[in-house]
Amino acid sequence: MKSARRQKYLGGLFVNGALLLLCLLWTIPTLGLFVSSFRSRLDIQSSGWWNIFPHQAWETTAVLDPREMGLDASGVMSVEGAQATFEELRAGVTTPDGKRLLWVGNRRLGNIEVQEQKLTVSWDFSLTNYQQVLTGKDFEFQNPDGTIEHIKGDDMTGAFLNSLAVAVPSTIIPILIAAFAAYAFAWMRFPGRRWLFIMVVGLLVVPLQIALGPILSDYNALNLNGTFLAVWLAHAGFGLALATYLLYNYISTLPRETLESAFMDGASHFTVFTRLILPLSVPALASFAIFQFLWVWNDYLVALIFLGGNPEFEVVTMRLADIVGSRGNDWHLLTAGAFVSMILPLTVFISLQRFFVRGLLAGSVKG
Amino acid sequence: MQTVGAKEVGEVGVGGRLIAWLGRLLVAIVIPAIAFGVIYAGFIFLRESDAPKWIIALVAIVWGVGGVALLYTLFNGLVERLPDPWQARLQPFVFVGPAVAIMAWYLAVPTVRTFWLSLFGVDGPPEEAFDLSLGLPGLINGFRTLIESSVGIDNYVSLFAQRLLTDAMRNNVLWMIFGSTFSVISGLLIAVLADRSRFERLAKSLIFLPMAISFVGAGVIWKFIYAVRPADQPQIGVLNALLTSLGGQPNSWFAWTEIIPWNSLFLIVIVIWLQTGFAMVLFSAALKGIPGELLEAGRVDGAKEVQIFFRIMVPYIQGTIVTVWTTIVIFTLKIFDVVWVMTGGQFGTEVIATQFYRQRFVARDSGVGSAVAIILLLAVIPVMIYNLRQFREQEAF
Repeated sequence: MKSARRQKYLGGLFVNGALLLLCLLWTIPTLGLFVSSFRSRLDIQSSGWWNIFPHQAWETTAVLDPREMGLDASGVMSVEGAQATFEELRAGVTTPDGKRLLWVGNRRLGNIEVQEQKLTVSWDFSLTNYQQVLTGKDFEFQNPDGTIEHIKGDDMTGAFLNSLAVAVPSTIIPILIAAFAAYAFAWMRFPGRRWLFIMVVGLLVVPLQIALGPILSDYNALNLNGTFLAVWLAHAGFGLALATYLLYNYISTLPRETLESAFMDGASHFTVFTRLILPLSVPALASFAIFQFLWVWNDYLVALIFLGGNPEFEVVTMRLADIVGSRGNDWHLLTAGAFVSMILPLTVFISLQRFFVRGLLAGSVKG
Repeated sequence: MQTVGAKEVGEVGVGGRLIAWLGRLLVAIVIPAIAFGVIYAGFIFLRESDAPKWIIALVAIVWGVGGVALLYTLFNGLVERLPDPWQARLQPFVFVGPAVAIMAWYLAVPTVRTFWLSLFGVDGPPEEAFDLSLGLPGLINGFRTLIESSVGIDNYVSLFAQRLLTDAMRNNVLWMIFGSTFSVISGLLIAVLADRSRFERLAKSLIFLPMAISFVGAGVIWKFIYAVRPADQPQIGVLNALLTSLGGQPNSWFAWTEIIPWNSLFLIVIVIWLQTGFAMVLFSAALKGIPGELLEAGRVDGAKEVQIFFRIMVPYIQGTIVTVWTTIVIFTLKIFDVVWVMTGGQFGTEVIATQFYRQRFVARDSGVGSAVAIILLLAVIPVMIYNLRQFREQEAF
């Protein structure tokens, strides 16, 4: 009996331990970026973000002036019980009691720093990176050697607003259109109903790449390129099949009696749809809305093709990809920029996760 | 509404009826005209205006969403004004029409158009072939021009002859195999572990979180993990810091050209990281659907936990596993953003979708680009057929 309990305890330990390991593995990438976005540009470049955890590091405890001590930099010097030449001191010399000596500066004017291993944390956090990535102003940095460097910031505020202007209608428009269609498929009889729905099912897996070329040339002919309308319609077009399919699955299962009694009272299809079906379908609509919102907000390809020619309407993913391409080593901009691009989807996702999961499960019937 | 209006009209007589008819005509023409005017004005405003960003964004949202709602209300209003039989005949199409039209324009018809384009050269079919003003002789002539300018299947041949697609296809196979397999395995593992833990909710939320992150954002996150600096400087990327602290030399991971094609694995990891949450959620729900008695019976018979997993759980949720697997396979088949942002297809990491973008939009080769898109389409056709067959089997429709 006792051993059974022991086994259960060990089993629980194993399960939770393995789970903890996996969770850490999954969280560390994002955590590293998140922490780094608050560290200064110099810190990011000179040390790993994990230095925010307590760790052993060399810390300067005293500065010795070799001229005052009467040392001759051209020969072997005796400092703190260690014998070393200038070259050796430049590279760092360990004294018998575990300290480190480091010559900083040139042979004639430099000083010797005495360093000791100490437990340190580097907790110098600020919002400067976010200011830079959001305001678009130029910023001054002082390098360790005293030179001043001008670094351009980035204007992600505009891109953020553009993303909002793209994502909100691109979410609501296809849902509205799909809900009308789903209602018609579920509750109206008309010629071609079956074949049209077969088209919907068939289009579920068609890769959108197939459409980019022809649609772009249509947009050119209609002078639509680089407008919000172009992207909304494209997202509506690429999301409609799944939206119609999912909403049909839901709307067709609503109780028939409710609708029939409404028709008895003389309500038209339009009234039934707007007053009865839409409110009843809120859970399904919400699930798909989250789905579509995340998809559109995170989309890069569609925006690149249809908004690419108009830098004014650049969305966050495009902006971020631009920074990656042109300033791939400006980690202070990249880290903060990545979080600016993620903040809204993450908030939506965390606060509405329940709906999202429900939507995923409903959609899982088909790929 | 309709019947009430008709009764009132009946009571006022002929003059009134005429006025009512004129009124209706006015309503039927003027209101849509105004609505279209407003919508068009909004469109022009959005295209031309240099108002502050947030005003444009706000107008865009109100205009886009309101416009669609307005159009439906209008068309429905028009149809409801028609006599009853016509109303019954037309109303379904008011409801279903816009969806079908948009789907046809954006997905169904482009498959044919892209195939058509793939039979022609860099600039597509000659435009003068479609000049109808010349009448029948012109049409025949145009037809001849079309035939003459068509390159047949040359684009497809050159895809393979010039090895434009061979590397991409090899990499896509890696993506599809490793991406889907590892997402499924880790998703299943986490679902099973979480099911037995007190911290189920927390653990699942953490694993699920990357699903909300864009590929571009994930690209930045992982670029930071793989960051490499010269050997004499402190490493800022986790992976190289680990490696150097163990005495190794810093590595450039996905740009590691000596191990092509396996360097793609460093990019595939990103998608596994993103998609495991999706797999986990579906598996977790499926596992909870296994009847408790079934598992209990297995335990009573003395089966070990591992045996229960492989003999009972896996067969029970087989359907879900297949669904998740195919979903991720299709997903990795179309993979674009990650590769484009991380490497731009360099270092031998090209995939079909990046090659498509390169040919179609960078090199502006309409013919070859379309041919690549058709290859993508062909690859998903088995799944499409499976979906349609499944649909035909459930006779409920």
